[in-house]
Amino acid sequence: MSETENYGKAWKGGDKPYVASYGKLMMWFFLITDTLTFSAFLASYGFSRFKYPDIWPSPEDVFTHFPFLHGDHPLLFVALMTFILIMSSVTMVLAVNYGHKMQKNKVVLWLSLTIVGGCMFLGSQAWEWGHFIHGDRGGIDTKTEHVVHIAEGEDLSSVYSMMGVDGHDGHHHHFTVEEVIASLQNQTQYNIRKADKEYLSNEESIKYLKKNATNVLLGANLEDNEYGHRLFADYFFFITGFHGFHVFSGVIILLIILINVLKGTYERRGHYEMVEKVGLYWHFVDLVWVFVFTFFYLV
Amino acid sequence: MTDEQHKGNWWIWKVFWILLGLTTFEVGLGIYKPSFLNETIFLGTKLLNHVFIILTLIKGGYIVLVFMHLGFERATLKWTILLPAFILVPYLLFIVLSEGAYAYLMM
Repeated sequence: MSETENYGKAWKGGDKPYVASYGKLMMWFFLITDTLTFSAFLASYGFSRFKYPDIWPSPEDVFTHFPFLHGDHPLLFVALMTFILIMSSVTMVLAVNYGHKMQKNKVVLWLSLTIVGGCMFLGSQAWEWGHFIHGDRGGIDTKTEHVVHIAEGEDLSSVYSMMGVDGHDGHHHHFTVEEVIASLQNQTQYNIRKADKEYLSNEESIKYLKKNATNVLLGANLEDNEYGHRLFADYFFFITGFHGFHVFSGVIILLIILINVLKGTYERRGHYEMVEKVGLYWHFVDLVWVFVFTFFYLV
Repeated sequence: MTDEQHKGNWWIWKVFWILLGLTTFEVGLGIYKPSFLNETIFLGTKLLNHVFIILTLIKGGYIVLVFMHLGFERATLKWTILLPAFILVPYLLFIVLSEGAYAYLMM
């Protein structure tokens, strides 16, 4: 086609300067805006971490549990979640690839497996949230923004074990500051670890708590956070929640597309580009998780 | 992408193994925290964190360029998508993180 012919068509929408369809371009433009949204979330998390470098909780003290296993296993569960999401990304590429070859049954197979992976990820996240909300060791809030923890010598212990109860017995526990101080006075092997990770002796701990303690925190929500600074819990709920909502909407969109594939909509249309477009969204969700994994759990 | 590459699935599984390997390596570093990486401070944070960030960017690159197919699109499209992020995100990080460090000094 000559230059002049092209010029005329460019203003009538006939040209595709990017050699990509309208739908695919719009998906990419949406993903740019979403990239900037998530960047802003993670950057503001970074702001708070740089503002409170001494008293910010360490992720390896917070996310330590694995279903059906006892003891501390930092990082293992999120590593599993990352594996599930990467795996579902692979099944998604395979679905897109078989879509290019117009092999309907294989698209159905790999798209279904992608949906299974998405549901597994959401289930894991629900478990992670449940565990975070229930709490693990308990903490004591103070007049400042510091949260202190119970320790035995130089080892982190828990409010539950000092008070002689099982934190996972399903009951709703509640302790007052006076009860905790009395328990410290009776059991001198216990002491506290301050928010800046400094361990105090038993007498120093009692003095510190009498002067500063305001509340015993069990678990985490948007107002209180037993693990440390309350902003940590706020960012956790907001960022992983916003990502989880993306996964959830991704699963819904994948289901709709799967129904269309089964009905033969794309077979009649002559191409499976719709699978490719929802695939872009799904990979983006995986991409965001890769960054959340690094900045929330590793760094 | 060329037709030859579309025939098989080996390139998908290659990227899968790279992503899995890098993630396993990151988790291993996160659990064992080699003292050399964990105690050396470089540009305001541990060397270990720089390693994590570089590995994460590599993983992100594979996802965007291969899984999302952006590496095989027209160069104009590729840079239309990538440049806004490459310009705006480091700018945002620079402003917000240096403000955060300043807020710490002012407390």
